[in-house]
Amino acid sequence: MSILVLADHQDGELDGVTAHVVAAAQAIGGDIELLVAGDNVDAVAEAAAKLDGVSKVRVADSRVFAHQLAEPLSELLAMLADDYSHVLAAASTNGKNALPRVAALKDVAQISDIIAVESADTFKRPIYAGNAIATVQSSDALKIITVRATGFEPVAEGGSASIEVVEQSIDNSISAFVKESLAESDRPELGAARAVVSGGRGMGSADNFKLLDGIADKLGAAIGASRAAVDSGFVPNDMQVGQTGKIVAPDLYVAVGISGAIQHLAGMKDAKVIVAINKDEDAPIFQVADYGLVADLFEAVPELEQKL
Amino acid sequence: MKILVAIKRVIDYNVKIRVKPDQSDVDLTNVKMAMNPFCEIAVEEAVRLKEKGIASEVVAVTVGPKAAQEQLRTSLALGADRGIHVQADERVESLGAAKALAKVVEEEQPELILLGKQAIDTDNNQTGQMLAALTGRPQGTFASEITVEDGKLQVTREIDGGLQTLELTLPAVVTADLRLNEPRYAKLPDVMKAKKKPLDVKTPEELGIDVASKLALIKVEPPAERKGGIRVSSVDELVDKLQNEAKVIS
Amino acid sequence: MTAETERDSMDFDVVIVGAGASGLAAACRLMQQANSAERELSVCVVEKGSEVGAHILSGAVFETRALDELFPDWKARGAPLTTPATRDELYLLKDADKAQKLPNALVPRAMHNTGGDQTRYVTSAGNLCRWLGEQAEALGVDIFPGFAAQDIIEDEQGAVRGIITGDMGVDADGEPKDGYMPGMELRARYTLFAEGSHGHLGKRLIQRFALDEGRDPQHYGLGLKELWDIPADKHEPGLILHGSGWPLDKHAHGGWFLYHGEDNQVMVGLIMDLSYQNPWLSPFDEFQRMKHHPVLAKHLEGGKRVAYGARSITKGGFNCLPKMTFPGGLLIGCDAGTLNFAKIKGLHTAMKSGMVAAETVFDALANESEGGEELSAFTEKWEQSWAYAELKESASFGPALHKYGTLVGGAYNFVDQLLGGGKLPNLHDTTPDHAALKPAAECEKIEYPRPDGKLSFDKLSSVYLSNTNHEENQPCHLKLSDPAIPIRDNLPKYAEPAVRYCPAGVYEVVEDDDGQPQFRINFQNCVHCKTCDIKDPAQNITWVTPEGGGGPNYPNM
Repeated sequence: MSILVLADHQDGELDGVTAHVVAAAQAIGGDIELLVAGDNVDAVAEAAAKLDGVSKVRVADSRVFAHQLAEPLSELLAMLADDYSHVLAAASTNGKNALPRVAALKDVAQISDIIAVESADTFKRPIYAGNAIATVQSSDALKIITVRATGFEPVAEGGSASIEVVEQSIDNSISAFVKESLAESDRPELGAARAVVSGGRGMGSADNFKLLDGIADKLGAAIGASRAAVDSGFVPNDMQVGQTGKIVAPDLYVAVGISGAIQHLAGMKDAKVIVAINKDEDAPIFQVADYGLVADLFEAVPELEQKL
Repeated sequence: MKILVAIKRVIDYNVKIRVKPDQSDVDLTNVKMAMNPFCEIAVEEAVRLKEKGIASEVVAVTVGPKAAQEQLRTSLALGADRGIHVQADERVESLGAAKALAKVVEEEQPELILLGKQAIDTDNNQTGQMLAALTGRPQGTFASEITVEDGKLQVTREIDGGLQTLELTLPAVVTADLRLNEPRYAKLPDVMKAKKKPLDVKTPEELGIDVASKLALIKVEPPAERKGGIRVSSVDELVDKLQNEAKVIS
Repeated sequence: MTAETERDSMDFDVVIVGAGASGLAAACRLMQQANSAERELSVCVVEKGSEVGAHILSGAVFETRALDELFPDWKARGAPLTTPATRDELYLLKDADKAQKLPNALVPRAMHNTGGDQTRYVTSAGNLCRWLGEQAEALGVDIFPGFAAQDIIEDEQGAVRGIITGDMGVDADGEPKDGYMPGMELRARYTLFAEGSHGHLGKRLIQRFALDEGRDPQHYGLGLKELWDIPADKHEPGLILHGSGWPLDKHAHGGWFLYHGEDNQVMVGLIMDLSYQNPWLSPFDEFQRMKHHPVLAKHLEGGKRVAYGARSITKGGFNCLPKMTFPGGLLIGCDAGTLNFAKIKGLHTAMKSGMVAAETVFDALANESEGGEELSAFTEKWEQSWAYAELKESASFGPALHKYGTLVGGAYNFVDQLLGGGKLPNLHDTTPDHAALKPAAECEKIEYPRPDGKLSFDKLSSVYLSNTNHEENQPCHLKLSDPAIPIRDNLPKYAEPAVRYCPAGVYEVVEDDDGQPQFRINFQNCVHCKTCDIKDPAQNITWVTPEGGGGPNYPNM
């Protein structure tokens, strides 16, 4: 078996998720090669060659692959795929954009967001927003898979794979890049964030809510609030975590100074990992928290920010 | 221009799912079903384009069991002009759905095809991309804004860490993300009128395609139960646990 | 009654409020008659739940008598009645461990679910309604789920002329949001109100037209229900258990049920009389601890709870049944109170009341009635029906329990029913449920055991299983006539019982920044059971309809 892993990269740097995807490839087993497609990606290829377990890095360096547009990228992958039993990419917006297209071009199914490898053709993946875990088995000769990074420990660096140029002459006349705005301070939307830091009435004031900015920045988290904090006027209504329905459960939920009123708990119960920081050790939030820290938030929060 | 909008019948987002005791699948018996929320956003966008005079006709299409006509009627009540139902009673995966939709695209020749970015049941996020590949058209996935000008489509996409804007040649496939719009409520008289709007039923056989999947669903389990939480004594211990036990931070 | 907003309007022959058993039976019967008379008839059903069945919660063991009349071929039509009742058991729980099983001969006649000339079925009332909804639509009825009837249209003569559906897209302050859609007038020649127990429009109609004049005050129960998946080796389809006694005492009445349905599922519930006196009592917690009794636990152990819900039950019966007619409309089913509490069954009588209503309305329309008239013919027809006779027969069942307690009252009922029903003098209970509470200081505080997470659960995880949801940014649909009452009056006197009687955790008393108690309403949790509107000692809480589609989404309940 041989596996091709699509490398994720941005601004000339290899994205950390790729090391997780290589780990998933190792779990499947077989020879692992990496594809770096982009414009001016020498540095990315070199970084990719250092990932443990990678035997070869294939590089398609061309203007047409700038910004990873799905149309040329999927054409490239479809062209290369015949040499492999598996094609893997991170379940990033890039991987999710391109891989289904590759699968359709090869007339095979695509398997999204795997979190575990059972065997070379059998995988586990969350469905229903993580409320169930499906085990699926592919009978296609070629398996095209996106990998949820948190499901796999990243491989270390220390390898020295060979780097090889891919000959291709792909062009693209149907889609064009216009612009990109990647704002660093722009926090993810509450409903879709992978991590959420939420403050409650214990925050004491609107000003104190700023304390949460630091940990939210470090976690790439959205900031939320309990109903009590909203009712107390600390933050606007749209920050409220509760039964808003369309909430997508985050991987990490940090509840700061939240006692845990019923409808708040209902709104965040589906979070994968819940952390509660509260000085009242009887607060109901501790009953649902995976990690509870009984502490004064005004001391614990700055310390946490510093140690993250 | 003509817009084709594809929708899917899924379990209502308010309903907590239950895995069948034999772990064969999720139990959908007598459970409230609804239009996939992302599909609702796609329908709304199509209807708005029609209201702006950009689109002349909105055709809603679904691939699924007979009961999915209920959701087609909902899209007709929301403003779609007619419906196409590709009736498939067995489980249809994304590739099968995309093949069926590609046939409908071939027949209808729409200039814009709108879908939801993913269905909240299987969470695959594939059908739009596959349809674009099968029809050889460009794609704008995870769209939070679209504008049509001079036969070109500008689509703003929600990508990791920000927004990306692309220009696509029409016809194109666009999949809707949450922020594209806020869907309207169906009006009661429109719900009544929707019952009389045309709705074509086709079968995969009639379309000459095979929607069977090569992906077997072996087992469906509930996620590991939330284990009784632990108390940590310090911030250091908390960080350590998050890093090494829960593995949610790196 | 509201006239400020410019509203669109649609006309129908008949508008029915509520797609439950009585409303749908009425809709089907109306259309059947129209179709066989080859007469055009427009019938519309509005339903506040997101779909037909979403808000339906009942035991249920079902008697097919009304259904046999409505659809004699219901089996061929695929009615979800597949689990015949096979065995009856009745228990009196003595304490947390002991129970006495009542010999069959001592079980009141009305409580028999097996034997006799008919088969009863263990079923989900929600699924029965889903099926009835399909039948109604096939007959040509327009059903609109997700549209709540918010208000009543009255003409200048004071006759009811239809309803107004709720506004959609209004924010918490009552201001229109993007996508605001004002409610519509659905005008009708006749309007049937079939909202179920303690409907908010039914309540207004009873007041407006003094329909309860000369009747005993209505009595209610709160029904709490859970659905369980149980191991196959414990499952006995059609097994029916009823019981009373522990953990309730002589001042708090109620009874529990445990039915084995299909698919290895068991439905278990407690019907708690809302005439209880101790404000410390929490029906939810009584239900949770009750499941630990060995008689019940042996069925549930090793199982998994899959659904939870609660709904009030109009159980006063014959003595409390209001007049059901008024100009322009009829009050039917549990909205009026047609449940037979002696049988613990209301579906068949509710359906029958709907069918009689449909026949009366159709006759009037066939005689070219312009609508708006009071259909006194209904009363006559209804009083000749078997359903009415059944209610009359068990008139004293509830009052006997209230007056003499479960044991002696039960004996009274036993003798009364054994004699053939309704031969002993009719008893009355004239204290309304909200007036039954005693001051908290005079009552013993109840410490409930902590839920074990296996058989018993906290309110949060329970409400979660009701799939209830309300758009957050909308006006609170639980209106306080005087916002000061909960903290100023109810808290010192009754320890604000709303916190405990509400089975969905809607009401909380929390401390504000200055340590002062505050009354909080988490309306998002509401499961539309109406208990607050019934039990608040100050009668200060009025339940109105939230935005359509909100509320629980019960599967198989």
